[in-house]
Amino acid sequence: MPVLLWTDALIFLLVAGLAGFAYLVRRHPHLAVPWRRVAADPLAMAAAVVLLCFTAVAVLDSLHYRPALPPGPNGEAQYAAEVNSVLDRALAVLVEHQEKSYSAPFATRLFAKEAISLPDGRTVRDYPRLAWGGAHLADPDRGRAGDIAGKAGLGLALGLAAWLPAAWLVRRRLAAGGARRAVLATLLAVCLVAGVLAVLAPYYHVFGTDKVGQDVLYATIKSIRTGVLIGALTTLVTLPLAIGLGVSAGYFGGRVDDAVQYLYTTLNSIPGVLLIAAAVLLMQAQLETHPDWFETGAERADLRLLFLCLILGMTNWTGLARLLRAETLKVRELDYVIAARAFGVSDGRILTRHILPNVQHIVLISVVMDFSGLVLAEAVLSYVGVGVDPGMMSFGNMINGARLELAREPVVWWQLVAAFLFMFVLVLAANLFADSVRDALDPRTRSRT
Amino acid sequence: MTAYLLRRLLYAVPILIGVNLLTFALFFLVNTPDDMARLHLGVKRVTPEAVQKWKAERGYDKPLLFNAGAAGLAKVSDTIFFRHSLAMFAFRFGASDDGRDIAGEIKTRMWPSLAIALPTFVIGLAVDISVALILLFFRRTYVEWTGVVALVAMMSVSSLFYIIGGQYLFAKVWQLAPISGYQDGFNAARFVWLPILIGVVGGIGAGARWYRTLFLEEAGKDYVRTARAKGLSEARVLFRHILKNGMVPILTGAVAVFPLLFMGSLIMESFFGIPGLGSYTIDAINAQDFAIVRAMVFLGAVLYIAGLILTDVSYTLVDPRVRLR
Repeated sequence: MPVLLWTDALIFLLVAGLAGFAYLVRRHPHLAVPWRRVAADPLAMAAAVVLLCFTAVAVLDSLHYRPALPPGPNGEAQYAAEVNSVLDRALAVLVEHQEKSYSAPFATRLFAKEAISLPDGRTVRDYPRLAWGGAHLADPDRGRAGDIAGKAGLGLALGLAAWLPAAWLVRRRLAAGGARRAVLATLLAVCLVAGVLAVLAPYYHVFGTDKVGQDVLYATIKSIRTGVLIGALTTLVTLPLAIGLGVSAGYFGGRVDDAVQYLYTTLNSIPGVLLIAAAVLLMQAQLETHPDWFETGAERADLRLLFLCLILGMTNWTGLARLLRAETLKVRELDYVIAARAFGVSDGRILTRHILPNVQHIVLISVVMDFSGLVLAEAVLSYVGVGVDPGMMSFGNMINGARLELAREPVVWWQLVAAFLFMFVLVLAANLFADSVRDALDPRTRSRT
Repeated sequence: MTAYLLRRLLYAVPILIGVNLLTFALFFLVNTPDDMARLHLGVKRVTPEAVQKWKAERGYDKPLLFNAGAAGLAKVSDTIFFRHSLAMFAFRFGASDDGRDIAGEIKTRMWPSLAIALPTFVIGLAVDISVALILLFFRRTYVEWTGVVALVAMMSVSSLFYIIGGQYLFAKVWQLAPISGYQDGFNAARFVWLPILIGVVGGIGAGARWYRTLFLEEAGKDYVRTARAKGLSEARVLFRHILKNGMVPILTGAVAVFPLLFMGSLIMESFFGIPGLGSYTIDAINAQDFAIVRAMVFLGAVLYIAGLILTDVSYTLVDPRVRLR
């Protein structure tokens, strides 16, 4: 039974919107000019490939369903209470491979000693073998390195095999140049990493396991959806508010302008984290007192994520609204707007036909620039205790759960490293792409170079 | 000047009233005192008497806006809005949920916060500007390109990793600093240098990039070209012309955030166990102590507006072309 959570619907809407925008850009040459500059930038294209991969994971993780159970006594269909996604299905082998507790990356034994009862009745304290990690090895202490190397080699070959058709497609679609080389190289890197992980993950815990024995690689991949959602949806849900208020303040002036300015100065004057914390605390209390709003735990976590996006957006829209107001003030005095007004064109039509198309670059720049900051903010907010639902897998929750383990001896480092690697790649790609988009779209930087 | 200042202060009043109304709406209308009491006493199996008692202890049992039962002025003043919201204008924050005086706590906790936030800010400013200037000096060379990419990479690392990594390396592995804690007076230096270092390093990415764009904008102006045409050395152009003129937006921007330093840093303080306002706030959030969060929101707004006014004043001091009327 397919399940459509709120955030799923929004993420599909977002993807559809992006596709629609791409179609629009292709149809109108004047819109395509700045994007061609982005397409010619090797760094930006490499970043775009990485971002697309992360988005693909997020979309796969948003196709939710409730698995069917055997039919009930009267033959009616029954469904499990848990909500799974297509990604969970693809990574089922990782979900299944549950250990008892911590184990290091590629380990074959648990991280802590336990009492093991031997077949002859004695008990010894030793590191027990893992249930899944390296379980196929007869003698884990000797055969491991060779086995890992062999499997990694196989993974590299598989990755290369997957890369070849993709590379052929890219070579046909993109013009030769630095950008194409960058895309090919990034694709190769992604394919090789994915190939190695795909071959090794069923046999070993590549990033180790966490406190309850869950595979860290699985948790990291699941965290991607949360990060991408927060980065993308937050700006999306508040875009109407920012555009509506910012543009109308600039266009109509007078009372409207005063009211909007008052509104965003007031909101701005409250320190961001505190406003978010206050709002999230209240939202939490509301969810606590209204358990009838959701059926499953997943819906509850999802609702909380959606509210978090809304709250983050509420503190974020002021910056965009201010920029839009300033730009609209400039645009509305331009000759073509005055001419349109002289012809008796209505306000609504001037706004949609003349003002909005000429301030859209500001909206685009702000959306891509905000993305990375929001992904980072999620981690901090989860640490403060006002982030996503504690049961939801996210980078912030991973870091939060792992940071206390640094005090252990020897150190449990792999959770932090895994979260760091994935988060760093995502945010770095977003930052590089955003820089390029800003350089291409912003007339100020365009004239300077 | 005095007239201008007075007018700016008057402008601040409606904004503060807005903040006040907003917090009142959030904390008392959306979330009624009954909800709060139930949250604190546990959602299940809570008797109405217990809720009443909890509310009475904290003065939340009064009507929200209008007390019809009271006489005269008390009709308005003996309400939650007057007692708990308007009172903040007089900096009477009342008591926290565990019964301690919030204003007193703020006064003592302000200093540890400042001991970290102020040096971080000043040193960070100097380091960021230096890095930006060095990159500008090596313009259109590989040094600049690598530097800019390194800045983007540094910017892409979550601040949590800077803190966790720094604390782990310096305090645990090399044991150069205590892992957490704080002492008053000169002993504080032992505890604060590591948070300051981490704060400065973590801020370089975003900070230096921001100052670099400011300087680049300045470097593209005509007077810079004239200075170069006169045959001045690159270093002289950089320090005497670009830096000096670039300092105007930098200084005024710095003044704007200056008052907010009192609020401290939420994460840094809680990681290093510094008894400042940041950790105070974070503890309040975790304990769901709405009274403290409300007080901190209001205090933050006051400091933000103070920063805005200071910015305008500093413009006149740094840039003689700006006159405030």
